[in-house]
Amino acid sequence: MRIWPAQARGTGETMAQITLDKLAHSYLPDPKSEADFALKEIDYVWEDGGAYALLGPSGCGKTTLLNIISGLLVPSRGRIVFGEEDVTHYAPEQRNIAQVFQFPVIYDTMTVAENLAFPLVNRQVPRDEIDKRVAEMIKVLDLGDKANRKARGLTADEKQKISLGRGLVRYDVNAILFDEPLTVIDPHLKWQLRTKLKELHHEFGHTMIYVTHDQTEALTFADKVVVMYEGEVVQIGTPEELFDEPAHTFVGYFIGSPGMNVLPCEVAGNQLRLGGQDISLQRRYQQLDGIVEMGVRPEFVSLAANGEGVPISISAVEDIGRFKIVRAQLEGRSFNAVLPEGAEIPAEATAVIDPQRIGIYQDSHLVRGEV
Amino acid sequence: MTRLRWLVPTLYIIFLMLPIYWLLNMSFKTTNEILGGFSWFPAEFTIESYVKIFTDPTWYSGYINSIIYVGLNTVISVSFALPAAYAFSRYRFVGDKHLFFWLLTNRMAPPAVFALPFLQLYSALELFDTHFAVALAHCLFNIPLAVWILEGFISGVPREIDETAYLDGYSFPRFFTKIFMPLIGSGIGVTAFFCFMFSWVELLLAKTLTSVEAKPIAAVMTRTASTSGYELGLLAAAGVLTIIPGAIVIYFVRNYIAKGFAMGRV
Amino acid sequence: MVKVQNNKAWFMVLPVLFIVALNAIVPLMTVVNYSVQDTFGNNVFFFEGTRWFSEVLASERFHGALLRQFFLTATILAIEIPLGVAIALTMPRTGFWASVCLVLMALPLLIPWNVVGAMWNIYALPDIGLLGYGLNWLGIPYDFTQQPVSAWFTVILMDVWHWTSLVVLLAYAGLQSIDENYYRAAQIDGASRWAVFRFIQLPKMKHVLTIAILLRFMDSFMIYTEPFVLTGGGPGNSTTVLSIDLVKAALGEFNLGVASAMSIIYFLMTLLVCWLFYTITMQGERE
Repeated sequence: MRIWPAQARGTGETMAQITLDKLAHSYLPDPKSEADFALKEIDYVWEDGGAYALLGPSGCGKTTLLNIISGLLVPSRGRIVFGEEDVTHYAPEQRNIAQVFQFPVIYDTMTVAENLAFPLVNRQVPRDEIDKRVAEMIKVLDLGDKANRKARGLTADEKQKISLGRGLVRYDVNAILFDEPLTVIDPHLKWQLRTKLKELHHEFGHTMIYVTHDQTEALTFADKVVVMYEGEVVQIGTPEELFDEPAHTFVGYFIGSPGMNVLPCEVAGNQLRLGGQDISLQRRYQQLDGIVEMGVRPEFVSLAANGEGVPISISAVEDIGRFKIVRAQLEGRSFNAVLPEGAEIPAEATAVIDPQRIGIYQDSHLVRGEV
Repeated sequence: MTRLRWLVPTLYIIFLMLPIYWLLNMSFKTTNEILGGFSWFPAEFTIESYVKIFTDPTWYSGYINSIIYVGLNTVISVSFALPAAYAFSRYRFVGDKHLFFWLLTNRMAPPAVFALPFLQLYSALELFDTHFAVALAHCLFNIPLAVWILEGFISGVPREIDETAYLDGYSFPRFFTKIFMPLIGSGIGVTAFFCFMFSWVELLLAKTLTSVEAKPIAAVMTRTASTSGYELGLLAAAGVLTIIPGAIVIYFVRNYIAKGFAMGRV
Repeated sequence: MVKVQNNKAWFMVLPVLFIVALNAIVPLMTVVNYSVQDTFGNNVFFFEGTRWFSEVLASERFHGALLRQFFLTATILAIEIPLGVAIALTMPRTGFWASVCLVLMALPLLIPWNVVGAMWNIYALPDIGLLGYGLNWLGIPYDFTQQPVSAWFTVILMDVWHWTSLVVLLAYAGLQSIDENYYRAAQIDGASRWAVFRFIQLPKMKHVLTIAILLRFMDSFMIYTEPFVLTGGGPGNSTTVLSIDLVKAALGEFNLGVASAMSIIYFLMTLLVCWLFYTITMQGERE
């Protein structure tokens, strides 16, 4: 259900897709090599109304990208376009965006209602309109009983709701940015707030961009996840795509628990040589240079007792209820398998890998062979 | 508007520097030139006044005296205040709040009220005209201040650190000196700075409690101004020299100064 | 912070207690003692009860000094607090220039108080001082040794010069504690410069400004050395504030009973105003 149809939202402006046009940023005044860039070139269009997550470890460039979108940073190269409008050199307040920060930003001396009214008062919205929207927002955010309380005494999750509310109350924002918004929230409230976010996304239909280093948050929140690693966007895809076909070994490691098994190997045509065994692949590959690795998720590895497959030595078995994680060594490297509950673990086990699920990586990037 | 904002601090600093410049200007003039009339710069540049201060023992011993009692006071104030501040920060005990407030009220005691009783007290203790007398008397306002500032800094250190140290088998004195003091190092530095500052600038008590042996530089100056005629150049030079120790101390604590003035509580 | 009940903590406080008590209680008792007695010399004292107190409280001289004291303190606070806040708001927040500002601004705070007085004396002399000469050159009749108005102007300007930096440093410390994201959020919310000050900066400075007002109140209320060196309380009695009057009575006229009674009244007033101010602000905090 959308409370406010797109046409009725505020000024009647249609919301805009966000185009990142050959965007790159370096904090150095005169970047020389690729390594000088905190954000390597990215070229992508974010659809209006989508829910996106920027996922990556700290220092991967996700905050840099967020600051470029919000207008706190002007990129060294490229343009950022909202709809048809080039906003690269616009200040944050000209971009018509909202942002929820890691630590809740609220105006301590104001009440909850005054906090929510603040962005509207500043924009000289008529008083009765403000009252109407604030009342609606308080209802949507379930803050009814706290409306006239000073914001100072609220809990962290209520404060984050207010920060979000200050964006939503404006109806016409181009995008709402979230910078690790659940960091200071109690674990048991995290999922509640995340659910609320999803709900509000459905209700209001704003473009939402969510920065996090937590894969669970990213995968449950976003339609599309942008995975970043060392300043580079290594993959943009739906949660399923990230799981099924990681475009980079980092995506394999970072997403999934335990992460993807990545092992050095040799590939010739459709033959993969690993652990002294040959495996026939579904695809053929040209001559590969550089570092060649194979990747397979632990979920697609099974164990056999009859000597079929690749020899491994099991070091530990973790039983975590619905399935078991087998920790093992393959040619001295760690190799994991996830088995269903109750599966037999043979003493002299070998690993059987589903050839359909094997990805071949050249210098960490996925290579798509011919069928 | 925003482009001109540098103007406010700049004008303020000029306002601050002008009297200091004037003092410097005077200190390099001869007495004749000073009394001769208004001039922006010394016409005959002379360091005569400074030479006199550095060669005449009544002058330079004043400096040494001031430094001695200020240093002594700083050491006493900080070392006495440290355990007390720790106690106020970490423990609840009978009368703690009243005690803390009482300590602070002493910061409000006008030195003028205490000048005469102090003279009698320290005469009775046979400490009159010693560095120790001034150092102890200045504890009246410096110890409460030191306790207050240190308590702020100590409360900023999570008590889990104390508990971990005990679990690791540290005794209290060893924990305090080996782990805790380095942790609040900047706080101790800031506190020492404040004790130095307030002891250095105070004159009324220092003058009352000394006559010859421990006479502070500031008191030597007032004597000069009144007895040996109108030696403005000498007075100005002495004034300039009293600014220097302060300037050196500020330079060392410049990065902590703001936090220190907020008593470690921001 | 959760505190542990431990009465042994008293032992850690004892040294401080001893040294402050020596300095505070013994002299205070002496003052109280004098305030209720009279002497004709030779250490012979007579109990006088509250005579000195009623005498002091009824005297024109005390009323005059008290009135001048309140005028001075109020003026000083009214100038220094807003000025200090304005300077803290406009000075650079970080980097080299912030350090330069801090060091230069802190300088007056570390100059011995009588040197401050002497310096301003030289600076304000109508014939050879930059300030005095300059004002007269501009056609403003100025002579702080002769005209009460000039003397007051100089005393107040000197205190502004001496102590505004304390307010600046405190306010600056308060501003430093504001997270950068508050300014970003306000920008996104379209807040005006005034709204940023009113709703972000001022609330964060409230605590340090309380300290600033308290310190400036206490210190200006017991100000002695600087105005004494500058004007000696003159011309006439025009700049004789409480402390100057007190020292005149005690050391100048050896009128110990009156001086002691004045001391106690004076001390109690400071205490009362500080307590009131402290209680009121803490009350505001709790709401």
